[in-house]
Amino acid sequence: MACTVGPEPLGDGGGSKRPKWDNKLQYLLSCIGFAVGLGNIWRFPYLCQTYGGGAFLIPYLIALVFEGIPLFYVELAIGQRLRRGSIGVWTAISPYLGGVGLGCVTVSFLVSLYYNTVLTWVLWYFLNSFQSPLPWSSCPLDVNRTGFESECQASSTVSYFWYRQTLNITADISDSGFIQGRLLACLAASWAVVYLCVIRGIESTGKAIYFTALFPYLVLTIFLIRGLTLPGAVEGLIYLFTPDVSWFEVQAPGSRENMSQSHSPGQLAPSPAMGMAVRQRPGPTRGRVWVQILQNPRVWLDAATQIFFSLSLAFGGHIAFASYNPPRNNCEKDAVTIALVNSMTSLYASIAVFSVLGFKAANDHGRCLDRNILHLINAFDFPDQSISRDDYAAVLTHLNTSQPERVARLHLEACHLEDFLDKSASGTGLAFIIFTEAILHMPGAPGWAVLFFGMLFTLGLSSMFGNMESIITPLLDMGLTHRSIPKEVLTGLACLLCFLSAICFTLQSGNYWLEVFDNYAAPLNLIIFAFLEVVGVAYVYGLQRFSDDIVCMTGRRPSLYWRVTWKVVSPLLLLTIFVAYIAVLVWTPLSYRAWNTQYARFPSLQEKSYPGWVQATCVLLCFLPALWVPGVALVQLLAKHRRKQKDTWQDRRPKLQDGGAS
Amino acid sequence: MLRLLFVLVPAIHAQLCQPDAENAFKVRFSIRTALGDKAYVWDTNEEYLFKAMVAFSMRKVPNRETTEISHVLLCNVTQRVSFWFVVTDPSKNHTLPAVEIESAIRMNRNRINNAFFLNDQTLEFLKIPTTLAPPTDPPVPIWIIIFGVIFCIVIVAVVLLILSGIRQRRRKSKEPSEADDTEDKCENTITIENGIPCDPLDTKGGHINDAFMTEDERLTPL
Repeated sequence: MACTVGPEPLGDGGGSKRPKWDNKLQYLLSCIGFAVGLGNIWRFPYLCQTYGGGAFLIPYLIALVFEGIPLFYVELAIGQRLRRGSIGVWTAISPYLGGVGLGCVTVSFLVSLYYNTVLTWVLWYFLNSFQSPLPWSSCPLDVNRTGFESECQASSTVSYFWYRQTLNITADISDSGFIQGRLLACLAASWAVVYLCVIRGIESTGKAIYFTALFPYLVLTIFLIRGLTLPGAVEGLIYLFTPDVSWFEVQAPGSRENMSQSHSPGQLAPSPAMGMAVRQRPGPTRGRVWVQILQNPRVWLDAATQIFFSLSLAFGGHIAFASYNPPRNNCEKDAVTIALVNSMTSLYASIAVFSVLGFKAANDHGRCLDRNILHLINAFDFPDQSISRDDYAAVLTHLNTSQPERVARLHLEACHLEDFLDKSASGTGLAFIIFTEAILHMPGAPGWAVLFFGMLFTLGLSSMFGNMESIITPLLDMGLTHRSIPKEVLTGLACLLCFLSAICFTLQSGNYWLEVFDNYAAPLNLIIFAFLEVVGVAYVYGLQRFSDDIVCMTGRRPSLYWRVTWKVVSPLLLLTIFVAYIAVLVWTPLSYRAWNTQYARFPSLQEKSYPGWVQATCVLLCFLPALWVPGVALVQLLAKHRRKQKDTWQDRRPKLQDGGAS
Repeated sequence: MLRLLFVLVPAIHAQLCQPDAENAFKVRFSIRTALGDKAYVWDTNEEYLFKAMVAFSMRKVPNRETTEISHVLLCNVTQRVSFWFVVTDPSKNHTLPAVEIESAIRMNRNRINNAFFLNDQTLEFLKIPTTLAPPTDPPVPIWIIIFGVIFCIVIVAVVLLILSGIRQRRRKSKEPSEADDTEDKCENTITIENGIPCDPLDTKGGHINDAFMTEDERLTPL
């Protein structure tokens, strides 16, 4: 049995009791809120559409069953059994694994920095939604008041509002610019809200979670109902669930398409090599298409990583939440329930999102047709409104045969509905550019904008609770401070430290840095920690002892499925994902896409490679948190070695004395 | 003589008003787009109204107060409802400079639009840019107001929570500390569940060496 050599936990000793949940519902909602985050809204629908819904769900479900749920169960069980945060838990299992806990805290800290910055942007949009017309519906006038701002006219009103009036972004990551006052104010407000909710640990988050976990479902339902009644919604949904094969034949790693923004945040969604290509409609039969899709390793990698990050595994947040449970709680049922709810939410959200996006595509297609019709009417002097959208194709062919040169001189744009449906994006591009534009065309736009951004804010807030708890609970358990210092001060200090560190993201180049953090700080480290977690529990702690603990907690021995996945399947899967991820990272050049008004092909984003020092930062971020593990193991080894030396030296001294005496 | 004039005037008319002529402007009406079912038909009476509005605009220009409706010439009226127009001087020999016409139309654009129930997009004067309305900025941007409200509420709530926490702690320190932690006690005792003991992880960090303990008992006391 491993001796615990580490700081004595103060949580359940001495005078202060360990806090506990008011009821089971608070605990479930907290875990669900932590798992369900922004990635469910803007990453899963994108993956579904890219790989063609039905075909993507198969690897997704397989990953859920063999990787997601077993890992999740381990975290809940170990937290509930050992009743400590991540640092305490892993130190208790084995002193050499203590670095896992420290690494989890570090990764949680880094993630909460940039996650709350995204919430800052959401808050900014939320505050700006209380006016009609919405500020991103029209371009501002230029200095002379003779026309619109050139940057806005060249791109679009929503892109301009996002890049210029929100971020005020620079053209290069090395050009930091100034701190944006309005973003700083919103950052302070969002950290104040987070502090208000985590001020007393789970006592306060437990009350707040009722609203922040349930409100998004209400809004999603409203959007679903509204979305399905909009014209064009059904086309969007059909497109979502149609598998498409030609995608990965056209796309090459690192290639980007002409799209305003399609970067995919890491923890919200990890995939540095996500590009896009124009899709053609599939030709082969449905069965063959599905097999072809499933043969592509990228689908499996994306499904596995999506499940992994969607459940927020290896952050230590679920361990922290479970540590406040009563010892005899059925964590097996909890794990399966929460994981299934998370996946169902992803599906639900993707239906709502794509019905709205289908509406947007139909709307854009209609306006494209109207523009062409106007050109035709003006050029050929037809009566006003004489060509309807349905007649357009017939009239165009007629004119092409009779007067092709005049028609060619008009430079009409090609209007295909598929092109508009193809314009998808994930991450902030979906929320702040595409969805805001879709909302502009819905009747009662300000109300929908308020609802949408309110939902995003509460979604992110409930995930922030988990992040903050994964930082605060282990630190509290370690007993770093004297017991007389109240918990409010500790949480306040943690929030203040995070706020001050996150100010760097309010610089003008903040968005580029956020992408760096999102793509490199979390993903690889979390995979390493998850692998060490499952191996640590299955082999170091011992599956026999773990099964005994589970019997004690749930009353049933874990079945063969659990034992096989813990011992064999999950570690293997994680190892494969790790290797594949490193391969993808090495393959894709370290580059980013910049909003450069001087770029020849503006408003397309310009592909630039990171300068050397930024590349070094990326590599550091990838591995630094994981270095806690070998570091702590080394320290423990040295300490043990020194103790052994001291013991043998002390043993030798009495022998000398005895020898001398007798 | 008079008959000669009647022949000459239309000829001069035709020369002055032509597509792309000097000082000529093209106008485009999109009545059905603007009014839908309530659209009126474009006929010579509407043309007369248009001439009247242009003449009215010109009369507001200094030195042109004597412009008459007959000085405004329309030509090339299409089914689109688009046509060209020029404004001639009283002698009807040459047209007024485009600059004057443009400034006159811009000054009275609103009156002209309203006469036809149209707006700047549906009544287009090609080559005459529209004057954009100045942005109506409220004195305080709306987002600051709502931000202030939310921030104040949050700060007040935080202060209240901190104060109530302080009060709770003061009350607790005044009362004697009671017996507690039956839960912790349970954790340290060995409970049997289904025949399997649930030991907590041994946190004491030391082992009891049985061999050492029993040694005393093995030795006979002196």
